[in-house]
Amino acid sequence: MPQWDLANSDCVLVMGSNMAENHPIAFRFVLQAKARGATIIHADPRFTRTSAMADIYAPIRAGTDVAFLGGIIRHVLEHDLWFREWAIPYTNIATILGEDYRDAEDGDGLFSGWQEESRKYSPESWQYEGVTMPSALAESYVDTEGFCEATKRLHEGPPPRDPTLQHPRCVYQVMKRHFARYTPEMVERVTGCPREVFLKVCEALARNSGRERTTAICYAVGWNHHSTGVQIIRSGAILQALLGNVGRPGGGMLALRGHTSIQGSTDIPTLYDMLPGYLPQPHAFKPHSTLESYLDAETSPTGWWRNFPKYAVSLLRAWYGEAAAPENGWGFDWVPRIVGDHSQLPLTVAMRNRIIRGLFVMGQNPVVGSSNSLLVQRGLADLDWMVVRDFAETDTASFWRDGHLVRSGGMRPEDIRTEVFLMPAALSGEKAGSFTNTHRLLQWHDKVVPPPGDSRSEHWFVYHLGRRLKDLYAASEREEDRAIRALTWEYPVDDEGEPDAEAILQEINGYTWPDRTLLPDFEALKEDGSTACGCWIYSGVFPKPGENRSRARRPDGPEGPGTHLGWGFAWPSNRRTLNNRASADPEGRPWSERKRLVWWDEAKQEWASPDQIDFPKDKRPDYEPDWSRKPAGMDAISGRQPFIMIPDGVAGLFVPSGLKDGPLPAHYEPVESPVANPLYGQSISPAAKRWEHADNPVHGTGDPRWPHVLTTFRLTEHHSGGTPTRLVPTTAELQPEGFAEIPTELARALGIRSTDWVVISTPRGAIETRALVTDRLRPWRLDGRMVHQIALPWHFGWVGYATGDVANVLTAVVGDPNTGMHENKALTCALRPGRLRRAGGAGVAREAR
Amino acid sequence: MEGGLAHRRALDYADRDPRGPIPQEAEITTGRRVEPGRAYGFFTDTTLCIGCKACEVACKEWNQLPADHLGLTGHSYDNTGHLGAHTWRHVTFNEKIGKDGRRATTMPPYQSHWLMMSDVCKHCDPAPCLEACPTGALFRTEFESVVVQQDICNGCGYCVPACPFGVVELSVEDGKAHKCTLCYDRLKGGLEPACAKSCPTDSIRFGPVEELLEGAKARVARLHAQGQPAAYLYGAPGTPRATGGIGRLNAFFLLIERPEAYNLPPAPSRPAPRALPSILSGLAAVAGLAAAALLIGVGRR
Repeated sequence: MPQWDLANSDCVLVMGSNMAENHPIAFRFVLQAKARGATIIHADPRFTRTSAMADIYAPIRAGTDVAFLGGIIRHVLEHDLWFREWAIPYTNIATILGEDYRDAEDGDGLFSGWQEESRKYSPESWQYEGVTMPSALAESYVDTEGFCEATKRLHEGPPPRDPTLQHPRCVYQVMKRHFARYTPEMVERVTGCPREVFLKVCEALARNSGRERTTAICYAVGWNHHSTGVQIIRSGAILQALLGNVGRPGGGMLALRGHTSIQGSTDIPTLYDMLPGYLPQPHAFKPHSTLESYLDAETSPTGWWRNFPKYAVSLLRAWYGEAAAPENGWGFDWVPRIVGDHSQLPLTVAMRNRIIRGLFVMGQNPVVGSSNSLLVQRGLADLDWMVVRDFAETDTASFWRDGHLVRSGGMRPEDIRTEVFLMPAALSGEKAGSFTNTHRLLQWHDKVVPPPGDSRSEHWFVYHLGRRLKDLYAASEREEDRAIRALTWEYPVDDEGEPDAEAILQEINGYTWPDRTLLPDFEALKEDGSTACGCWIYSGVFPKPGENRSRARRPDGPEGPGTHLGWGFAWPSNRRTLNNRASADPEGRPWSERKRLVWWDEAKQEWASPDQIDFPKDKRPDYEPDWSRKPAGMDAISGRQPFIMIPDGVAGLFVPSGLKDGPLPAHYEPVESPVANPLYGQSISPAAKRWEHADNPVHGTGDPRWPHVLTTFRLTEHHSGGTPTRLVPTTAELQPEGFAEIPTELARALGIRSTDWVVISTPRGAIETRALVTDRLRPWRLDGRMVHQIALPWHFGWVGYATGDVANVLTAVVGDPNTGMHENKALTCALRPGRLRRAGGAGVAREAR
Repeated sequence: MEGGLAHRRALDYADRDPRGPIPQEAEITTGRRVEPGRAYGFFTDTTLCIGCKACEVACKEWNQLPADHLGLTGHSYDNTGHLGAHTWRHVTFNEKIGKDGRRATTMPPYQSHWLMMSDVCKHCDPAPCLEACPTGALFRTEFESVVVQQDICNGCGYCVPACPFGVVELSVEDGKAHKCTLCYDRLKGGLEPACAKSCPTDSIRFGPVEELLEGAKARVARLHAQGQPAAYLYGAPGTPRATGGIGRLNAFFLLIERPEAYNLPPAPSRPAPRALPSILSGLAAVAGLAAAALLIGVGRR
């Protein structure tokens, strides 16, 4: 949903986000909703500037989000408060599961399909009765024999359903049972949130959902950064789907992204396992040896992803141009294969193990921002070379001189052999390009001033790096060098050698091959090599020469309608609200006048809306697939199924495949937790990613040496790794020094006062910082004992005006099984007043052991 | 405007580069034109303040003010401390979440339990600093704001204690008085002041004082209706706690606690009326001495 659509919400639940502090501009629209009478709720371990603006503040212990949300799901199901007319047709709540499924309820926290030897789940027993489902993303391959072949039978008939919800194996009954123990009493026991506050939240969400009203959920990395991050987000999505708050004005799940173009960096990914447009990266151990087998394994027979081959082939044509041909699978062989998890956490360990020998660091400050900073710093010291591109010397670039290990005497600069190249980078106003923000909106920015000195844009750097590599390999006859020789790399450059950013956007948009006529939309893409497209979801952003739609700046005026279709370009096809077919009832009528967005125009025989429709424009609401003809792709999606990217067209409350830690969310404690899981014998997520390494010790549940909960956070005054704000005096003075928020009770017990020095330690390391004693943190009473929580902003490092020890010295390399995302929002630590002894080689290293 | 709806005039610039400043840009960003002869000011609504300090940064960036305080104060998130020669907007923070060893969970509507307010020069009418200035460096502009001219200021510092709000300060850089100008240069160019323009939640509103006042009164009434009975205006004429001797503050505030909670004086006053009797008695004394001296002189003759 667009951020501005929050103004139309009747209730906003902010959770896993400190929205007022970290997304202050989007928070403007939350306050506009409030002015219209909306209820604002903040559920968070800390009372923050967001909580101060809320109507209800629900305090919860860090890492207990699934328990809290699971409790709301139970409340909504038990008291029949869900939006029945919406959820029965638009979700899989009525779908019947196969007989093999066993819930976590029966396995004391383990779902069926757990394989102890490989410590992984196999999703075969999570399937619908008689129907094997591919994953909703175009990444459906499951390595169990026969699984992929079985998904190909999806167009033989729809999954079995019982709209009366009486069948004991329908998703409704399974969910009711699964969440039955998430009672208000259990929520209070696990999360620490008083049950009367929890119930107020439940009532507010239920009261503000339905035909006439909608609720939005805003979340950010406070949900992502857990070993259960994906399942926390799933819990929110299940709730929204039960309450009918998807695809409707003022309703939805708003994933608040951390930087200006973090959305863009997943669309055209910096991720290791995806190609542009959410296509799977070919994998050495999957049947991806040829294009044919890759397309066969990854194409869903039904739903929009049936078009996957068009997007894959067009991408290959964009990359390999003339060299791509049907005989060589359009150059598919040249695309690098992955062999496992190559995300940032294992990448760090691989540096430490000297598997990775060189590193480019662009737009990142991993010494400050990555988990287990001492491991990172040791890993950087093990490299042969490192290139840092930034506008100043960052903490990462100077780790060898000023790093924690150097200061503690654990490492000497003269022993570090890493050759560091510092390349000056242009800032956004010094180069042209686009940002893709939280709501998938591409916004262009022009170059306003030339960058100073030798500073260059990323475009310049990558273009010339590629050009020089191509020169080096130009004469090579070797087969492995073909990948670089075949790559298309022609972009017009200006006098400074700067490539034309709009030419890059045109390549992303796509054009016909070979005459290079720009494409109007991704619906024009073909799988026969006659189109080239750098990222299918962005197609339409540059439909004609001179028409860069991301540069459009026409907002809606006072008369509305408020979809702002003339401002920037939102992928796909400039649609502002995804799944907006769901804003109309199954017959195509708006659920209410108040929440009108999309409707079926019988006279024109098409869908009408002030937005772009996220549905086939002329597909009648009463269209039903003719299953006797084995319908493929969109033909298998009925006129009443708004979720066109999902193979069965409906929102998945229960997810039969695509998740690595269970088909339903279950509460697990963080990997490092002060208490055992009160809900299941399985205390922590069985599938959580762990990397065993001497530099990455992790302790067990309830270890008395690390009694306090530790959570990390961001401040509105600083930006992430701190490079842009710690070096600017006007922002540095606002939060000039690292600190730790400590609850009053704990501070009193230890004799700590604000601005006193304190030492915080975990098995990974120790830092010293200043205390900020505050009532905004509260002690938790868990199973009869008090547990305190400490909170650390993680922006600080040694570079700039605002400095402090690196909070990530304390965090562990532990991650979510689906994403590899770290768990820096919930761990445990020890606290004492005083300072670290740093002189004479004591300090950090000794403190850590 | 709500949901990002734009002012009608914004559409004039949707498809073309304005190639320079937009005339009366303030009309697009605030709905009001900036014209000489009218009184302009700020209405700072603390119930909408999220303490982001964008106003502090925007002010320093536009007015090219240096950072002057680098150190953790330990007072909540306030590390700027106070208004001064180089800090013309200052956000105060007051944590009130803990009460008798317990923590609140019920919230009255709008900002609560952590009070935040962006403080600024009040551009008083009449203005004590201006009255105290012996050189004429301080003057009242065509927008009814109060501005120091550093090229005239001799650094005597009389304006510093005269200000009941602790706004004016002598700079250690040049020894002269500095304070908020209501972005005098921007107003002359038809632009909204930097702090108000940067405020993401419209806690700081800029406009003609009379119109701001109308809106502020309506806001108070709405808050009362929504269950926030404590809301009141501070520094607006005709409102409770209106200031003794100072007719009105061209920058006024909506508060929900007593003024001291925001570090504002409960009853600011003008030194001039207090000073007048002493000046007169001083003058009388001087006159008396002079007369005596004269008499003695005459007697000697």
